[in-house]
Amino acid sequence: MSLWYKLRPYVMTVPAITVFILFFIYPIFYMIYLSFTSWNLISPVKKFVGWGNYVELLSSREFQQVIANTITYTFLTVLLTLIIALVLALWLNRKGFIYSFAQGAIFSPYIISLVSVALLWLWIMDPQYGLLNWVLKIFGLSPCPWLTHTDTALISLVIVGVWKTVGYNTLVFIAGLQNIPRDLYEAAELDEAGRWKTFYKITLPMLSPTVFFLLVVNIIASFQVFDTVQIMTQGGPVNATNMLVFYIYQYGFDFFKIGYASAAGVFLLIIVGIMTVFHFIFLSKRVHYR
Amino acid sequence: MKRLIQIFKILELAAVIAIILVFIFPFVWMLSTSLKSIPETLIFPPKWIPDNFMWENFVQAWSSGPFLRYFFNSVLVSISILLLQFLTMVPAAYAFARYNFRGKKFLFGITITALMIPPQITFLPVYLQMSAWGTLDSYVPLILPYAASAFGIFLLRQSFMQVPEEIIEAARLDYASEWQIMWKVLVPMARPVLVTFGLFSFIYHWNDYFWPLVMTNSDAFRTLPIGIAMLKDAEGGVAWNTVMAGNMILVLPILVVFFFAQRQIIKAFVYSGIK
Repeated sequence: MSLWYKLRPYVMTVPAITVFILFFIYPIFYMIYLSFTSWNLISPVKKFVGWGNYVELLSSREFQQVIANTITYTFLTVLLTLIIALVLALWLNRKGFIYSFAQGAIFSPYIISLVSVALLWLWIMDPQYGLLNWVLKIFGLSPCPWLTHTDTALISLVIVGVWKTVGYNTLVFIAGLQNIPRDLYEAAELDEAGRWKTFYKITLPMLSPTVFFLLVVNIIASFQVFDTVQIMTQGGPVNATNMLVFYIYQYGFDFFKIGYASAAGVFLLIIVGIMTVFHFIFLSKRVHYR
Repeated sequence: MKRLIQIFKILELAAVIAIILVFIFPFVWMLSTSLKSIPETLIFPPKWIPDNFMWENFVQAWSSGPFLRYFFNSVLVSISILLLQFLTMVPAAYAFARYNFRGKKFLFGITITALMIPPQITFLPVYLQMSAWGTLDSYVPLILPYAASAFGIFLLRQSFMQVPEEIIEAARLDYASEWQIMWKVLVPMARPVLVTFGLFSFIYHWNDYFWPLVMTNSDAFRTLPIGIAMLKDAEGGVAWNTVMAGNMILVLPILVVFFFAQRQIIKAFVYSGIK
């Protein structure tokens, strides 16, 4: 074996690994380090403050609200997306032009930029001239202030999030449905099992890996919501839609409290880390119970 | 009974169409607004078809900033990322799939870890790093952090592992080097995976708002999504017709591609996530 034979695999992987270490692994450690310091970007010294940033963070009223907002947003978005997507998948999983067209239509928001989606819905939800209040009026309902009122702003962002991602979830569900072996249904038919019984004895258990996968992926994605907040509300009105990533962004780039923002970043890291562990359990085990 | 089934079928069809409208209407509304005059955007109940098609809204949107520059930056960044990812992922995936070497598990572990870390976590430290390197306002922070894709390596490795050993052995007899086997035998065989990944990567970076927003401070390096989002902040209130015209410019290329390559794109986003 020549030296080149031994070195070859390292030469082949080193460009990619360098990128991963420089821009993914090292920044994590750097952020953890920064979270124990006080720094305003300009000052040459990063003052070590121990757990100070974390104490400040956890006792901050504002941060508590941000966490509550993020959890509420995530919970509602994921729950609504999954339920609607499951219903749509069971319904639209058929052959025929209209069904495949419908699948394409509900998927289309997923591939366009969140900037477009955010701007479009900002206009659709305009309290005075927007499309949505016009639709409400047609159905005889009173207009809604949507993003401009503390009571409705967060749910408005949830609507946008669901509209954007429900198509992806539906198509993943459809892929999952198509992987269920046909003979299971034939057996159920022979046993004269009813539709409902077939659904929760065969379809739902066989779909459980898909549900679990989507649950994890959606929670991770929703926890990182940023674009819609930044474009549509700037976290307002009065912090009603301020959520974790936007909060980190604000403290880092508007208020220059790098240590404090990093501590909030570590918080996000822990949450994503926990969800990632679940993701790995899924990958290694594939939650099945036949 | 037969009648009942027929009525049910019609109702079901109507419901499918209603669902389609929920997703198509906003786009129609975007198009309609982009062709209106400002007074027409301020009519309630709204008008769907404007009296005169104001094509000049598009000119207005395009000329309200250096949009040619934004467009060029978007193309340059997305294409450069794609090329670099392609160049880094093929050898890495080949090594992970076909060679046994010390530390392989560790290096693959780093790859998987990178796969799981989102940019929303790393943006602050990476920004500070770029600032320390003095590379902040340039293409470096836009392109370099994405020069390798853990997701791409993961996908391609799986595809390379499925190639039977006999094919590689046969190729070893015909070709001189491993390098040639990799690019001339394995890469063509993995074409569907590469196309899938390419579509995914291009659409992701074309659409990306978050990363360029954080990393750029000047018009010279801003990308199209940033430019479009800034249309909203025009002086004297939001001119929705101009904003929607700009929005059309951003969305249309993707929707056209989606129209022609719908199956491929759906596969790229849906199936690559599950496998």
